[in-house]
Amino acid sequence: MSPSLPRYRSADWDEPVVLELGRPGRRGIYAPQVEDDVAADVDALLPPGVRRTTPPALPELSEFEVQRHYNHLSQMTLGMMGINLFGTCTMKYNPRVNERVVARPELAEVHPQQDPSTLQGILEIVHAFEGILQELSGMDRFVFQPGGGADAAYTHACITRAYHASRGELARRTEVITTIQTHPCSPATAAAAGFDVVTLPLGPDGYPTLESLKAAVSDRTAALMVGNPDDMGVYNPEMKEWVRIVHEAGGLCFYDHANFNGVMSRIRARELGFDACMYMLHKTFAGPKGGGGPAVGAYGCQPELVPFLPRPLVDLHDGVYGLDEGDERSIGRVREYWGNVPVVVKAYSWVRALGAEGIRQAADLSVIANNYMETRLLQIRGVSKSHPHLTQHRLEMTRYSLEQVHADTGIDVHDIQNRMVDFGVDAPWLAHEPWLIPEPITPEAGETWSKEDIDTWIDVLAEVVREAYEDPETVRTAPHNHAIAQVQAGGVDDPERWATTWRAHVRKRASA
Amino acid sequence: MPGPDREQDADRPAPGVAHPASGDGRRPRLGLIVNPVAGVGGRVGLKGSDGAAVQRRALWAGAVPQASVRTIRALRRLAGVTGLEVLAAPGAMGADQAAAVGLSATAIAWSGTVPSSCAPGQGLPPTTAADTRAAARELVRAGVDLLLFAGGDGTACDVHDVVGDRVPVLGIPTGVKMHSGVFASSPEAAGEATAAWLADPSPDRLVDADVADIDEVAVREDRIATRLHGRVRVPRDRARVLAAKGGTARRVDAELDAACARTMDDVAPGTLVLVGPGTTAGRALRGLGLPSTLLGVDAVRDGEDVGRDLDERGLLALLDDAPSAVLLLGVVGGQGALLGRGNQQLSPAVLRRLGPGALRVVAGRDKLAALSPGALRVDTGDAELDRRLSGHLPVRVSARETVVMAVAP
Repeated sequence: MSPSLPRYRSADWDEPVVLELGRPGRRGIYAPQVEDDVAADVDALLPPGVRRTTPPALPELSEFEVQRHYNHLSQMTLGMMGINLFGTCTMKYNPRVNERVVARPELAEVHPQQDPSTLQGILEIVHAFEGILQELSGMDRFVFQPGGGADAAYTHACITRAYHASRGELARRTEVITTIQTHPCSPATAAAAGFDVVTLPLGPDGYPTLESLKAAVSDRTAALMVGNPDDMGVYNPEMKEWVRIVHEAGGLCFYDHANFNGVMSRIRARELGFDACMYMLHKTFAGPKGGGGPAVGAYGCQPELVPFLPRPLVDLHDGVYGLDEGDERSIGRVREYWGNVPVVVKAYSWVRALGAEGIRQAADLSVIANNYMETRLLQIRGVSKSHPHLTQHRLEMTRYSLEQVHADTGIDVHDIQNRMVDFGVDAPWLAHEPWLIPEPITPEAGETWSKEDIDTWIDVLAEVVREAYEDPETVRTAPHNHAIAQVQAGGVDDPERWATTWRAHVRKRASA
Repeated sequence: MPGPDREQDADRPAPGVAHPASGDGRRPRLGLIVNPVAGVGGRVGLKGSDGAAVQRRALWAGAVPQASVRTIRALRRLAGVTGLEVLAAPGAMGADQAAAVGLSATAIAWSGTVPSSCAPGQGLPPTTAADTRAAARELVRAGVDLLLFAGGDGTACDVHDVVGDRVPVLGIPTGVKMHSGVFASSPEAAGEATAAWLADPSPDRLVDADVADIDEVAVREDRIATRLHGRVRVPRDRARVLAAKGGTARRVDAELDAACARTMDDVAPGTLVLVGPGTTAGRALRGLGLPSTLLGVDAVRDGEDVGRDLDERGLLALLDDAPSAVLLLGVVGGQGALLGRGNQQLSPAVLRRLGPGALRVVAGRDKLAALSPGALRVDTGDAELDRRLSGHLPVRVSARETVVMAVAP
C-alpha cells in the first residue's frame, strides 16, 4: 500500500441503540413542580380524549448520556465529511460563517406571520437574491417555497397543469417528455401530477436524437422536463432546437438546472428559450443538504407562468418590501409560508462573497477539476468512460464504467464502494437507474476540492482496483476499518421485514 | 435476470436449523453442469460457439475456453452454504470444477466417456448438446433444489428442453450469446444467488425467465434471428438492493404487470388484441385471468379469449372480421428483436393487415437500457415492410411511462 494513502480507522463504540439505553426513572432535566392553580389550567388545555393513558415508551437517560451516545454515533459515521466527490450532488463546503448569519435574531427570532413592515430586512435579502437568480437565468420571477429539487420539479408539473387548464387544453395535453438521463424526479413528479411520461433514450452521441424528440412530440405534449448537461457531463448542443419543437407543439419547457455547476454564468435558460427553470440552493449555491425537506429548489419562470406560481412572492413598492399573495390562478402552496428562508440567506451570502467573477471562476474550476480527474482515472486499469468516442470535454461530471474490472475479477462497484471507505474517503455515487453503463461510477469534483484532495481520492480508487486484481477477497469483504462491516440489505424491499421505526422493528422482530 | 444476492448471510438459516427445502431436514442439493466449450467463440469475434467447426476455428484464432474458470469463480461463493450437497456432471462438465474449489461432488450416473479437462492448446473436450441434456436428466431425477449451469443461450436451451419449469435453474454467464433471462450478471453473482436460494428456497422467490436463442449463422451474416425458445424458473434478482434506487425484481414485476394492464385498458372496446409470444406479453392475458401461449400468438377481444396459439391463417381469419385490431409484443433481450424469424405466424400479410400504428410494445426499462445498439429490430422477411415499420415506437415500461425507441431493420 502506498504510504501516502490515508490510514483511516473509525471509532467503534459497541453500544446499544438509544432506545435500549438508560434506567427507569433517570432524567436529563427535572421540571419544577407545577403550582396547583397552573395545573388546573393545563388540564383544561388538553381534552381527555387526546391524553395518553400510558406514558410513551421513551428511553430514560441523563443529559450527558444522551450527548455522549450521539457523539459516539457521529464518530462512527463517515459520510459527507471526508473527501466526497459524489456526482450529481455537487458536494460543496458550507461556510460556517453563514451559520452565524442565519442565527442572527433578525432571522432566527422572527415569524412569517409578523407584519411585513417588521420583516423588511429579511424580505430585502429574499428580494435581492431573487434578482441574482433572475440575472443568472433570465427568468422573470422566482419562488423559494419548494423544499428541494424534486419539490421544484413538482411545482413545475403543477404549473403545467394549471397553465393548460387555463387554456382549456388540459384534457388533451396528457404527456410530459423527458430524457433517460434527466433526474428521476422529473418523470416522477410529472406522473404524480397526473401526466403520462414519455422518455427519450440516449442516441449515439450521449444525448437523445432530434428524431426521437420529433417522434415523441404531439398535440398531447404538455411539457418537456429536461436537464442539461446530463449526469454523464454530456451537453446537448441541440437544446435550442428541442425547445423550438416543443413550443411549436404548444408544450412548456422546463430546465432542471441540477447540473448547473459547470455552466454557472455561462448558460441562461432564457436564451435557450425555456419557460421555467430550477436551481438547487443546497448544492450549487453552497446551502446545506438534508433529506427531503430542509433545502430549497428555487423555481423561476417567464412572465406567462407567473400568475400560476405558489405565493407569496416578495415585491418592492416605493422602497417598501411587501408580499404579493396573487389570485385564484396560483397553484397554491407547495410548502409552509415562504419555504426555508435560512437556506436562501446562506445562498445569498455565498453569492455575495464570490461576486460575479467568483461564480464564473467556480464554474470553470469545477470543469477543470473534472477533466483533470478524467485524465488520471482513465490511466487506472479497467476504468473506461461512457461514450469514449466523443471528443468534446465533459463538463462538471463524467460517468465511468468498471465493467472490465468486474469481468476480470468479479469485484463489482458496490464492493469498490465498500472498500474505498476503508481509506476514510467517501465512496462515489454510482448512477441513477436504469444503469445505461455497466458497473458505473460518477465522481464529481467541484471547486471545493483541492488538487491534493482529488489526487488522494483517485489514489484510493487506484489502490482498490489494484487490490481487486491481486487480493479480491479483501475488497469483497470490505469495509474492514469501520464500526459496521457490510450492511445486510435483506428486507429493504420486503414489507414483511422492513422497519423504519423502532416500534416496527420490535413488532416485526417479535413476529419473525 | 438473476444476480448477486447480498443478503445471503441474513437469509441463511442458523446452524442446526433443518433445511427448509423439505420437511425431512435434508441438506441443500445443487446440480451442476458446465458446458466446457461455451464462450470459446466470443473473444475472437465469431458471435457464438455452436458446432465443432466454429470451435476449431476459435481455437486456431487463439481462443481460451472461459467456462471452467468462470465456473470456479462462481463456486467459490458457495463455501459458506451449510451442509451443501453437490451433484455434478462428470469430469470437465462439472465435477472437475467442484473439486477445484474443494467441494466434494457426487457423480451422477453416466454412460458415455468422461470428458476430461484439457490444458491450453490441447483442444476442447468433445462434449455435445446431448451430453448437457443427459446430465440435466440425471440431475432432475436426483431431485436437486437448483440446477446451476455454465454456458450461453445454447446451453440454456438444452437445459430448458429437459428441465422445463420443474426445477429452478440459474446460468453462470460464460457464453457468447446471452439473450436469455436466466443468467446472473457475473460468475460471482451466480454463486451468491445460488447460495441465497439454497438457504431459503421458498417458491415466491422464483420468477419466470425467457430462454432465447439466436441462429448464429444469421448473426454472422448480420441478420437478426432471435428466437424465443421457452420459459424456466429462476431465483429472483435482488442484486440492486444496495443500488438503492429500486430495480428489484419485485418492482420490475409490478411495473410490467401494470404496463400490460394499462395497454389493455387503452384499447377501445371491440378491438381485437393479438398477444404475441413471450412472458412479458403473456402478462396481459394473465392479468385478464386467461391462459397464454408462451411461444404462440393468442387473441382476445373485450377481455374474452377468441383464439389460442394461432397460425398465420387463423390470424388472418380473425383480422378479416375485425374492424380494428392491435398487436401486443414484448422485446427479446440483447439484440432488441421485436419481429423476427422466431414469430413467423406474424407474417408480412398479417402485419400489413394490422396496418400502421397497430403495434403496442411492452418491455422492462432495464431490458431496453441493456440493448446494444439501443434500438429495436424488425426482420419480417419483407424488406419493404421492415422499412415501413422502421422509425420510432413508444415502448411501455410501466403504467405511466413509455420510452421512445428507434426501430431499425
